[in-house]
Amino acid sequence: MTNAQRARKAPDTPARRQVILLPYVWLVVFFLLPFVIVLKISLSQTAIAQPPYTPLLDPAEGLAGLRDFFAALSFDSYALLVSDPIYVLSYLRSLAIAALSTALLLVIGYPIAYGITRAPRRWQPILFMLVVLPFWTSFLIRIYAWINILQREGLLNQVLLTLHVVDAPVTWLATDTAIYIGIVYSYLPFMVLPIYATLDKLPESLLEAAADLGCPRWKTFWLVTLPLSLAGVLAGVLLCFIPIVGEFVIPDLLGGSDSLMIGQTLWVEFFGNKDWPAASAVTVVLLILLVAPILLFQSRRAPRLER
Amino acid sequence: MRRASWFNIVSVALGLAFLYLPIAILVIYSFNASRLVSVWGGWSMRWYAALLGDRDMLDSAWISLRIAAVSASAATVLGTLGAIALVRGGRFRGRLVFSGMVYAPLVMPEVITGLSLLLLFVALDVDRGFWTIAIAHTTLTMCFVTVVVQARLLDFDTSLEEAAMDLGCPPLKTFLAVTLPLIAPAIVSGWMLAFTLSLDDLVVASFTTGPGATTLPIRIYSEVRLGVKPEINAVCTLMIAAVALAVVTASLASKWRVVSGE
Repeated sequence: MTNAQRARKAPDTPARRQVILLPYVWLVVFFLLPFVIVLKISLSQTAIAQPPYTPLLDPAEGLAGLRDFFAALSFDSYALLVSDPIYVLSYLRSLAIAALSTALLLVIGYPIAYGITRAPRRWQPILFMLVVLPFWTSFLIRIYAWINILQREGLLNQVLLTLHVVDAPVTWLATDTAIYIGIVYSYLPFMVLPIYATLDKLPESLLEAAADLGCPRWKTFWLVTLPLSLAGVLAGVLLCFIPIVGEFVIPDLLGGSDSLMIGQTLWVEFFGNKDWPAASAVTVVLLILLVAPILLFQSRRAPRLER
Repeated sequence: MRRASWFNIVSVALGLAFLYLPIAILVIYSFNASRLVSVWGGWSMRWYAALLGDRDMLDSAWISLRIAAVSASAATVLGTLGAIALVRGGRFRGRLVFSGMVYAPLVMPEVITGLSLLLLFVALDVDRGFWTIAIAHTTLTMCFVTVVVQARLLDFDTSLEEAAMDLGCPPLKTFLAVTLPLIAPAIVSGWMLAFTLSLDDLVVASFTTGPGATTLPIRIYSEVRLGVKPEINAVCTLMIAAVALAVVTASLASKWRVVSGE
């Protein structure tokens, strides 16, 4: 009998049920409830007030209050999202950048994960650790490190000029190239880890069997290794794609100011224009765009804890 | 069969170089005597000395450390309880919703989490500052703790717990005497992960902050937007050193545990 089976057989004591209460209530109040409020505010009107939107539903007023509440609902913010191309372009740009950088991450991350599994056994934990370690250092610091390198007088241009690859300094900072570099750099551990985890569990015997039957190495990889690692690839893709769509820090520090990703648009709408209903509407639409990948992510995670 | 080809070696080597070179350059330039990035003025500690005189930066660091300590501790308690509920709770009502709420924050773009939490705090009409950031970070990081602890709980032998219970040990005592020591390493690494995530966070903190609660990332960000400054290189190097020290200590400690036969 496996551990899993034993655990399932264990009786559910009331104490075991009660431990759920505290984290459950916490997440409902601080994770779920806020989304309801975002939805509510996205439907209210911008007002020059503190806070800058029409008031929330007042339960003290009873039915009349409820009627007023529905009467006051406004789709102005959503109409704004559709009518002003800046929002649509922002969404499209974010999705495109996220898609391309996730593809780049996959192309760069897979060989790294695969390379680690090919390393001698005793080296693997060290190599694994080295890939994880940058994740522990500050995100902001890692982006900032690239400004040092990519700016006009930065190291990259100095090296390129010294090697006579270019004659004049190239503008790297404030370009899309810089955004891609920053994203790939920051998210690489998130792509490598899940792929390494699945590749590591791959039974060696399968590869040996293929080799014994005379299958060339590249073909073994294509027919055995790659298909069996797709679960890890999918986890990595979701783990990168979803947060990249809403990325703010990287495009803000490394990208140009002419076209914005949706996270920046939201930020500007909120902090710059103080248009809370519009910022909330941007958030709601972003959530709707991401709901499918997020559900997919959860359904991939969930079976693992069903023990 | 397990042999590394040149392609494997090159991809791992290039990957690691890509990951570490920018950090190494940042660290080296923090010791540059010259203010300009383009000029190497020799080794110097002057930016570290300048940092000591920067009260604002030190205040922010202190606020960030306190928020990280508070939120990591709260997140560890909540996250561990969540992990126990998910692994040992059996099928309870609302389990699907709960696991959804645990996993969604792992990938949720920070701007969404930040904005929605801020709007909650505004709706509740609480004063924003230290505690609102701490609550936001607790929410954000408890899910990471749950994932880490849950992996450990799924891993170990439940027969130990059952033996204790069969011998008449009450559930709470079983948990404290058997389960807790077994999952302690995961709880510690969960706490460390929560601590560094909180220390690191810019976006959620920017939304939920209030007067007098400028965390270190918020301060660094506002300086960085104005361009590269050697003082910032020095702050970043210190933060990297602190993290490296913590990770090395933790891995040495776990090695020592293995060696001492625990």
